[in-house]
Amino acid sequence: MNVNPSGWRPSMSEASAESPPATVTGNRALMLEEPLIFEIGTAETCGVDLPEAATDAPDRLGGFARSEAIGLPGLSEPEAVRHYTRLSRQNYAIDLGLFPLGSCTMKHNPRLNEKVARLPGFADLHPLAPVSTVQGALAVIYELGEWLKALTGMAAVAMSPKAGAHGELCGILAIRAALEARGDTRQVVLVPESAHGTNPATAAFAGYAVEAIPATAEGRVDLAALERRLGPDVAAVMITNPNTCGLFEREMIAISAAVHAAGAFVYCDGANFNAVVGRVRPGDLGVDAMHINLHKTFSTPHGGGGPGSGPVVLSEKLAPFAPLPFVERDAAGVLHLIEEENAGDDHPGSFGRMSAFHGQMGMFTRALAYILSHGADGLRQVSGDAVLNANYILRSLEDVLDAPFGQTGPCMHEALFSDGGFAEGISTLDIAKALIDEGFHPMTMYFPLVVHGAMLIEPTETESKATLDQFIAALRAIAERARVGDPSLHQAPMMAPRRRLDEAAAARKPKLAWKEGGDAAPS
Amino acid sequence: MRYLPLTDPDRAAMLQAIGAPSVDALFADVPEAARLPGPIDGLPRHASEMAVERHMAALAAKNLSAGSAPFFLGAGAYRHHIPASVDHLIQRGEFLTSYTPYQPEIAQGTLQMLFEFQTQVARLFGCEVANASMYDGSTACWEAISMARRITRRGAVILADGLHPHYVSTVRTMARFTGDAIRHAAPALSSDCEDAKLIAAIGEETSCVVVQYPDVLGRLPDLARIAEAAHAQGALLIAVVTEPVALGALRSPGEMGADIVVGEGQSLGVGLQFGGPYLGLFATREKYVRQMPGRLCGETVDADGRRGFVLTLSTREQHIRRDKATSNICTNSGLCALAFSIHLSLLGEKGLRALAAENHRLACLAADRLAQVPGVELVNTAFFNEFALRVSGNARDVVRNLADRGVLAGVALGRLYPDRPNLAEGLLVTVTETTSEEDITALAAALEEELA
Repeated sequence: MNVNPSGWRPSMSEASAESPPATVTGNRALMLEEPLIFEIGTAETCGVDLPEAATDAPDRLGGFARSEAIGLPGLSEPEAVRHYTRLSRQNYAIDLGLFPLGSCTMKHNPRLNEKVARLPGFADLHPLAPVSTVQGALAVIYELGEWLKALTGMAAVAMSPKAGAHGELCGILAIRAALEARGDTRQVVLVPESAHGTNPATAAFAGYAVEAIPATAEGRVDLAALERRLGPDVAAVMITNPNTCGLFEREMIAISAAVHAAGAFVYCDGANFNAVVGRVRPGDLGVDAMHINLHKTFSTPHGGGGPGSGPVVLSEKLAPFAPLPFVERDAAGVLHLIEEENAGDDHPGSFGRMSAFHGQMGMFTRALAYILSHGADGLRQVSGDAVLNANYILRSLEDVLDAPFGQTGPCMHEALFSDGGFAEGISTLDIAKALIDEGFHPMTMYFPLVVHGAMLIEPTETESKATLDQFIAALRAIAERARVGDPSLHQAPMMAPRRRLDEAAAARKPKLAWKEGGDAAPS
Repeated sequence: MRYLPLTDPDRAAMLQAIGAPSVDALFADVPEAARLPGPIDGLPRHASEMAVERHMAALAAKNLSAGSAPFFLGAGAYRHHIPASVDHLIQRGEFLTSYTPYQPEIAQGTLQMLFEFQTQVARLFGCEVANASMYDGSTACWEAISMARRITRRGAVILADGLHPHYVSTVRTMARFTGDAIRHAAPALSSDCEDAKLIAAIGEETSCVVVQYPDVLGRLPDLARIAEAAHAQGALLIAVVTEPVALGALRSPGEMGADIVVGEGQSLGVGLQFGGPYLGLFATREKYVRQMPGRLCGETVDADGRRGFVLTLSTREQHIRRDKATSNICTNSGLCALAFSIHLSLLGEKGLRALAAENHRLACLAADRLAQVPGVELVNTAFFNEFALRVSGNARDVVRNLADRGVLAGVALGRLYPDRPNLAEGLLVTVTETTSEEDITALAAALEEELA
């Protein structure tokens, strides 16, 4: 019996005394299997009421009218609502529980932010509408920018970068433009080993050679090694602070001073800004440029991979080179959009435009609502609670999990563990998958690279003590199983919508699109 | 502080468990000189939900939203009707508040949706494979040029005159640092695409030709002819689609020979949002898949043999290849891709074609009506839902004055090309299914008064 129009039918492992029997549909009570839209939709189905297309209507398409079918399936509205609702139920999300992905900062997404972003005055606004008709939108950009400058102690902000890595590019391009403006052709960007993978990729994409700087045994940048390498060929150092080992770079002021003395700039990856927001201004640490992932620190929803938003704050020295556009306020309080046509006098050094239009406006409204909700006092509480929660996890687990930097002081917003102490054959992956069966999203695995079998846990400030205690109890139990080499860990997850997925097969023979009459999934 | 669950007794108990005297003590590694003693001076304190809502609503009220006036703006951002179920579904917490699907066993919802999205985009563009979305159309355009450099090992890029000027700026910004040589001329206010000039410029150093379809004046270049010429010289054709609804009526770029097709997906499901977040679309031929930037979702099986989906071919990506990666991109536009995919599945083949036909019908109606206004000349002979007018006078002033009368008349080409006096009379008018015949009448009347 083929339940699914594709001919594919879920097959289950042999039923045993412990496992429930296979069902005809492949569904398991409330856990429903879902075919693809291409398997349930038809070319004739439409979930939107539109005028019938008159096939003989004259057109002015210049001879390029489409004759071939596109091959798009259509669903009626109830079919679509069920399809996507069923799919949604196969996702873990912050609305369901703890999402302790280190470096990714997954915190509660307030629904007020969604509400204000959907006000027609923001959502239904064209980016090229006359400036006189969008003063409120420009005010959102301006106001958020002023907050970001105040929180970071920096001189200027570029709002247009579309995500963290795009912001990195913005910062590095500003640095490169500043160097070029003084006739300097430095070719090297230094990136510590503990940096995010986007950092070296960004520097390479901006035309730089990339060299690594090692970490000390304590998990921080090796200042002596950095100082030895600094020279007239170094354009910038890209540093993550707090770093990816969950530690604050104690020597940050000295690092910045050394970099500046060598004529280079300090780029700070701001992905971990949540740990210090309201308590430490990166400008006071000597940072020249830093991106701020609004979706992390300021809780704009990341929707299964994006969108992000990565405004970049800049020091006095880099401010003249920031990309277009800007929002500026004149003495009379009128807001102006500075674009190509009017950037000439005040921003002659701007390195240009990074993308069409003005940036992720829909994220700006959400971030501003978040910031106003917390205020200066609340943001300080945010970093305090985030760091408290991370240290609580670190101290509650360090007797059962190896914490390589557990003795170097408090961690910041994330607690780092390694696979040290696991029985032969048990891996970090096994631990992560076992957490799934306990109802938790796993931590970040195998990152940072400087620690073997790394597990990076970031609880954030929006988790209660009760949730943390439950998570700690679950992870303690799994850690005990890892120490004694419980082979059932390799089977995890047992209770998720899918068991372990064959990623090697996916890469060996990629199937990236559905094909009509394509081979059914192997059994 | 309604978003913070810890109570003071919780904090005290946790500090005791940690063995720390205070929360401030946990910041001991921060240099003394950089530690702020209390909340930053001069900034407001926390506000209630009602107070924040009131503040934001006051700002929103200062804007003239597209739906509250006769509205004719396009130029890379389009106003279409979004079915109510789209926004409802993307607001489900399991989609809205999930992260990148790094743990595929509990992210099949996002992954299956991305697989469906990739297939939809590939078909719409007439290509074999598509990625799981990029930031927006302009950045996707640059990524395509980078990809063409990797494939052809050449660095000379020809941009068609009809490529959106913001896309041109984005490309120029990046090329300044990578050394790609960019060739581009601004368009003339003419009904002809300069296909022949473009073809004549292609040489053996050319990595790619980038052509927008329909172009920034709404005109339709002959992609097939350009593709043939590019391929004869070993160059790639990159087609840029800023209005995907057009492909419900027009032949697909892939079918006409484009090697890489990129686009802006905002038209379907996403909404105007004052310019972002939008949705970059990216599709290509199967043989180039390992050179493609961005995330890819692939089909596989789980330990029980059941079909499932994973992120795949990550060996191209920054977190593994670092400075050798095909791109530094990490984030995609997952939620926007979901909105696009839902909207497109509600439309389906039949709906997209009907939507495109309705856009074109109303645009033809508007073009004919506006061309009758004294002092207005229709530039385009061919178009989809967007066309250029030549008005007697400075179109920027016309747009500003009409905005004061409550009509959002279109995009003055002078705003897009401030340094091109020959485009100052150009007004780009866009019509979609959201435009009523009354709106068209209102624009014609307002133009008539303004130009009298």
